[in-house]
Amino acid sequence: MAKVKLNVKVLRYNPDTDKKPYWKTYELETEDDVTILDVLNEIHWNIDGTLAYRRSCRSAICGSCAMKVNGRNVLACETGLHQFNSHKLKIEPLPGFKIIKDLVVDLDEFFAKLERILPYLILKKPTPDKEFLQSPQDFDKIQEAAMCILCGSCTSSCPSLWANEDYLGPAALLKAYRFIFDSRDDGTDERLDIINDRNGIWRCHTIFNCMEACPKDIKITEYLSRLKVKATENSI
Amino acid sequence: MKLDEAKLYHKIDAVVVGAGLAGLRAALEIARNGFQVAVISKVYPTRSHSGAAQGGIAAALANVKEDSLDLHMFDTIKGGDYLGDQDVIEFFISEAVKTVYEFENMGVPFSRTEDGRINQRDFGGHSSPRACFSADITGHVLLHTLYEQCVKQHVHFFNEFQVFSLLIENDSCKGVVAWDIRNGGMHTFHSKSVLLATGGYGRAYKITSNAHANTGDALALILECGLPLEDMEFVQFHPTGLYKHGILLSEAARGEGAYILNDKGERFMKNYAATKMELGPRDVVSRAEQTEINEGRGIGGKDYVYLDLRHIGKERIMERLPQVYDLALNYLKVDAIKEPIPIQPTAHYSMGGIPANVRTEVIKDAKGSIIKGLYTAGEASCLSVHGANRLGTNSLQDAATFGRIAGISMSQFVRDNKFENLPANPQDAALKKVSTFMNGTGKERHSVIRALLQNGMTKLAGVFRTEEDMLKLRVLVKELQERFKNVTIDDKGNSYNMDLIEAFEVSNLLSFSETIVEGAIARKESRGAHYRNDYPKRDDENWLRHTLAWQTEKGVVLDHSKEVIIFRDRYAPQERKY
Repeated sequence: MAKVKLNVKVLRYNPDTDKKPYWKTYELETEDDVTILDVLNEIHWNIDGTLAYRRSCRSAICGSCAMKVNGRNVLACETGLHQFNSHKLKIEPLPGFKIIKDLVVDLDEFFAKLERILPYLILKKPTPDKEFLQSPQDFDKIQEAAMCILCGSCTSSCPSLWANEDYLGPAALLKAYRFIFDSRDDGTDERLDIINDRNGIWRCHTIFNCMEACPKDIKITEYLSRLKVKATENSI
Repeated sequence: MKLDEAKLYHKIDAVVVGAGLAGLRAALEIARNGFQVAVISKVYPTRSHSGAAQGGIAAALANVKEDSLDLHMFDTIKGGDYLGDQDVIEFFISEAVKTVYEFENMGVPFSRTEDGRINQRDFGGHSSPRACFSADITGHVLLHTLYEQCVKQHVHFFNEFQVFSLLIENDSCKGVVAWDIRNGGMHTFHSKSVLLATGGYGRAYKITSNAHANTGDALALILECGLPLEDMEFVQFHPTGLYKHGILLSEAARGEGAYILNDKGERFMKNYAATKMELGPRDVVSRAEQTEINEGRGIGGKDYVYLDLRHIGKERIMERLPQVYDLALNYLKVDAIKEPIPIQPTAHYSMGGIPANVRTEVIKDAKGSIIKGLYTAGEASCLSVHGANRLGTNSLQDAATFGRIAGISMSQFVRDNKFENLPANPQDAALKKVSTFMNGTGKERHSVIRALLQNGMTKLAGVFRTEEDMLKLRVLVKELQERFKNVTIDDKGNSYNMDLIEAFEVSNLLSFSETIVEGAIARKESRGAHYRNDYPKRDDENWLRHTLAWQTEKGVVLDHSKEVIIFRDRYAPQERKY
């Protein structure tokens, strides 16, 4: 552990005073084993209290602190300085979203799209006295998709979405996968009706950016491909 | 009726403050009963800290091994070192199984047994594998499932709103006042009933597993209204905090068989809890660790020991503990398949909180008089289920079960009562707080004061406590409260003013921390998570009592007349050995 001097460029924007975003540079000294979130906290707490960003859990499970650091979408809290070769950092908000202030982006549309795919278990059978039985193999089909923390990194990285903002995007489609492939769910037809659409699953062009951006290493593109197969089978 | 967010006044049947497991479960219940409910949360619901719970949710399903409600009840009482109220615990245990099946039926993806039932694992202080789990992301899947169910029921969310004051008049709660973090502006929520479910207060400590958001805001607001807090001195230290960061490595690791080792490579728990070993309750294991560290047997003589997963094997680690593996790798560059993980005790759970009865109604004195229309559930509350030390996996169960009970109680209250008139000038108190920070001219920074408080709390009111240390802490807290009057914030704007919210949060930490300190000084015994080097024995003669603490102009006033409810024929206090 040693002290290092950092040069941190942050994309700043305050809707009340700025016409457009601009870069501000901070010079500071920290330990070399800190995270990007530690760096932002150091700036916010001790240098410039006007800097705004989201953060909460610090342990990569709440999904608040997704942002772009040196060209990659990451969770600031779990990303150590050691992951970069340089002591120069360039921090900006997740691309593809409207900026509210500094690193804080507007997630309203992101959550609205999630709601469109009916993101809850749909049952047309009576509930049992105890649990629905589900085999470990059937649980395995949805376990990884259920790990999604809704941070927005995947959706932010998707070129298809940049080109067409009406596209549902990878996070909402992954949620659709999580329910359609849940052995307990009876809502496949309703959900396929929603995603089997030109702004639904077919706008995924298997570019794999979402998978690379996912901090939880969820194989999103693969799951979306399985959805395409399912949608095709159902329409035949 | 669709609520209009642009307006600054909202009239609504029920307001839920906090969108974790307790808040969402209550909101779901109220919405299902056909009443209007607004959830106010300073973070998006899926960002709430319930999602960070990893290992499981307790219920005696007996899916993998024999178990019973009676055994779960006994374990909870003993785990809490006989400070828990046994009538509340009995009710809690009787609802626990239902709560888990209900979660499964809502769609929670639980890990499964070979025959397709909910899988269960061992956990500290439980005498049977009782933790129903989803790998090591149980809190996450419960939280997301509840959020999804609330979406289905069209619950109205006010995301990124910070409650600044409670509207309580003549022992009756009439609503809350909250700041719109995103746009600025103070909103009045006029309601028949309010649930306080803002979570724990671990952020008063430097080394903590808690989220930045866990600043116990509702607790400070309760004190401000002249109401008491209960058992605040009981703060749980979790034995497997990731070294330096304090973030949680799930107890599920030990449930799956992990060892804890000192510098000599010894499984030192054999000297502290020979039967349960690493699966002793958290207070016992944390004290053992801290003793090893204090006596020079930390790794390389430093202030940490090892959590060793290596013998569990790669396949099982990746199947059952993927999050634990990732955290060690990403934060400390430790590959847990090949190397042991540095750990230290970390402030984790708040047993104390806002006193309430079994219906989750907030009470204002030792007799149990209620504040009309005001409810509390989850970690913000103290009912008291967990007594002096909570068992792992009982917290998700507590939040969900009493969230549901709160929803039932509030629905009934809303049905039977009319709106009361708001107090005159309802926003005054809240607006004054904002303007004090915005217009301050002093030179103090809230971040500096917070760091001094957190250092002091960890050093002087941590795993081991003495009167000498805590008298120093009392002085420190007073001094910091004085200095805080000169805090000025950098950001004077309305849009996403994080500086303002943090200043308010630090004022809350400073406020309720003095009730932790005073409660701990007064309690001259050792019980559960509260360990006094100068009073190392449990004292059932004098201290089978809860602490109620009020804030007054003359300082903190304590009342110890609220006796613990004990079923002497069934669960009389006995020596606590593991």
